[in-house]
Formats: sequence, structure tokens, C-alpha cells
Amino acid sequence: MPDNLQSLVDALPRLGEGVVVTLQLTLGGAALAFVLAVALGLAARARSLWLRTPTRVVVEFFRGTSLVVQLFWLFYVLPVFGFRLESMAVGIVALGLNYGAYGSEVVRGSLNAVPVGQWEATKALSLGPVHRVRRVILPQAWALMIPLLTNLLIQLLKGSALATYILLHDVNYEIGQLRIATRDTFFSYAVGLLVYFALAYVLTLGMNALEVRAKRRVGAGPTLREVVRLAPVPTSVGAGAA
Amino acid sequence: MTGGLWSWEQAAAALPPILEGFRVTLVATVVGMVIAAVLGLVIALVRRSAGRWLTVPVGLFVELVRSTPLLVQLVFVYLMLPSVPALVIGCTVLGVHYATYLSEVYRAGIEAVPRGQWEAATALDLPRARVWRAVVLPQAVRNTLPGLGNYAISMFKETPYLFSISVVEMFTAAQQYGAATFDYTEALTMVGLIFLAVSYPTSLLVRRMENRLA
Repeated sequence: MPDNLQSLVDALPRLGEGVVVTLQLTLGGAALAFVLAVALGLAARARSLWLRTPTRVVVEFFRGTSLVVQLFWLFYVLPVFGFRLESMAVGIVALGLNYGAYGSEVVRGSLNAVPVGQWEATKALSLGPVHRVRRVILPQAWALMIPLLTNLLIQLLKGSALATYILLHDVNYEIGQLRIATRDTFFSYAVGLLVYFALAYVLTLGMNALEVRAKRRVGAGPTLREVVRLAPVPTSVGAGAA
Repeated sequence: MTGGLWSWEQAAAALPPILEGFRVTLVATVVGMVIAAVLGLVIALVRRSAGRWLTVPVGLFVELVRSTPLLVQLVFVYLMLPSVPALVIGCTVLGVHYATYLSEVYRAGIEAVPRGQWEAATALDLPRARVWRAVVLPQAVRNTLPGLGNYAISMFKETPYLFSISVVEMFTAAQQYGAATFDYTEALTMVGLIFLAVSYPTSLLVRRMENRLA
């Protein structure tokens, strides 16, 4: 066991590099996924069939064909068609496309969940289409969609472990290295799973903070400062950090 | 790769091993889902009714399994138990991983059973086991069916992770074919399309069930 700890200490810098790679994939993939999710989610609600049909096809395609297949397709097959991407780009694009498609359903659902009266009110005030969505509808939908986006973000983090198989040195890869160094499968994998657990926990905390802020902005729920401080919050509205 | 990017001969040659793998994919999905459905219910009931000494460790286990990659869990268990067949490990790990998701689906389903049902059961002085079996669970399971369906589709699409423990399901079959012929195009594309061809109609069915039960 002391040997294991020594190996772990020796492996810490590399494990740190693995965390950086995993975070690059996760945050890069999440950024791409978010942009796609908003674009596809808005397009899925368009009145024109010319916009809605291709959107549906794209969303169902990327939801339906499995992340693993998409990732390896981009890695092995895309170069045949003359596009060769770096491993990191392959990872970010695959994660972004797959979870962007899932996220678009969340965005669409949250936009639908904003009460009709809000849409009507924007019309009564004769706000322009951009203004209407940006200032009234999106802030409310945003508060609704964050918990669901949090789930997707954790899924995306977990999916990023595939990167090992497209030759990236992420956390998953470094676990394997630690196992070789310690010759102790249980120890190295327990450490690795805890690293992933900690990453997921930190991401969840960050998203919960975002949720509290978003709810506060639309006038529902306490401020972040009220949630974080130790004294009980004197409102009956549930804290968003649950 | 003689002429053109897509060769139908290659596609035809890759199809038999892929279909062979598809059987394994189906077996893994069905067995994994049965394990997940049963274990998920057990977890949900334990977290609801047991004492602290049981709910706290079970809750921790659920959180740990839910927020770490399936891929790492598969390889971990595979390396720890070298004598167990890979497919058995694959089904079990898939089942346990999804059980942690399904326990939340069950929890929501149980909570959605109206309070009046519990009160009526108490008023009738039914024994506790009977309340669960005859009153609460039948209604709760109805609430959870669409959730179970969606997770079954999602598990189906995650079976390719079994490549990491060398179970030759559909995706692994395609990859092996690609590695042997240096031509991944047809095999990988077909596997993706087969996943789509199965999961999309199934998701439409689940959506219909959702609307009918709502």
C-alpha cells in the first residue's frame, strides 16, 4: 500500500494532465453542444416546414446512431473522405454533435414550457422577435433547462472517457498507466473513479450555482449569496441547489 | 477501396459478421435491462423505506456509479474478475449502471402515486406488503413505463462500449472487420444506420405510449 501511494504521488502530475485533457474535451464538447442545442432547439419550433424537417432529421440522426459509432466514424471514416481531424477535434466534435442533439430537445421542451401568456404579453407590448426571445422567453426557459443540461453535461463528461481509444491521454488513459505502475487494478481504478466522481461533483456544483442565479434573475428563488451562506434562507421558495 | 468511396461489395461482405454481432447486442440489451429493472426497483424501495445505516451507503453507491463513466467501470470489473466471461460482465455492469438511473425513475413514479391511495390503503388496514404489491406498485410502474422504455433505447445505444472488454457485439464486429480489411467505411456506417433504424422507431413507440398513459 505505501508503494501504491508513492506511485500515486509520482503519477500525480500525469494524472493532472489527464484531468486537463478530460476537461478540454468536456468543456469544448459542452460549448459546441450548447450552441447546437440552442440553434436546433429554436429551429425545431420554427413555423416553416423547410426549417423544421431538416432540424428533426439532424437531431434524430445524431441521437439515434450511438456516440461510440459517431466518434469512431469521425476518426476512421472521415479521413477517407478527405477530412483529417486531430484526435482532440474528433472528440470535441463527436461529443458536441451527439449531446447537442440531445440538448436541443431540452431547449425545445423548456421553450414550450414557458407559459403562453408570456408570449402573448410580448406581442401585446409589440416587442420584436429577437428582443422577445432574448429578453423575456429565454431567461425563463434558461432557468427551466439548467437541471436537465446538468444531467447532459455529466453524461458528456462520462462519454469523454472514450478519448483513450482515439489516442488521447485523458483520465481514463492515465488510470491504465497508474495500473501498470502499481500493478494494483483495484487501487488504480478506485483512484480513477474518484477523480471522475470529483469532476462530476464540481461540474454539478457549478451548474447549480448557475441555476440559482438564473432563477433569481427571473424573480423566483433566493440569490446565490443567500444560498451559500450558512443561515437558513427566509423564503418559502425552494433553493435551487437541491 | 477500388474506385469510389462506397463499395456495395464491401458492405455485403461486412454484413454477416455485423448481424452476428447484432444478436449479441440484443442479448446484452435485454439481459442488462432486466437486471436494471429489478435492481433499480430494489434500490428505490431501499432508499425509501430502509434505515439510515442502509440508505446512506446505497445512496453513495448510486451517486458513485451514476457519475463515473460506464467505460471505466466495464474495464475495471473486467480486470478484477478475469475468470468471468466478458459478456456476463458486460450485461451485469450495464445492468447495475442503468439500475442507478432507473431507481430515480421508480422514485418519481412512486412519488406520483396520489396520497389518497396511501390513505385509502391505511383506512382499509391493508398490511404493508400488500399496500406496495396491490396498490402502489401497479400504479407506479404505469408511471415509469415510458422512462424504462427511454432508458432501454439509451442502453441499446451504449452497448458498443462493450468493445472495451472484447465482447463482439455489432460495433466490435464492424471494427474487427475494418481492422482486417483496412476499410472501415461501409462497416461502421452500416452499424450506425442499424442503430438508427432500431432506436428511432422504438423511440416513436415509447413517445406514443407516453401520450397514451399521460
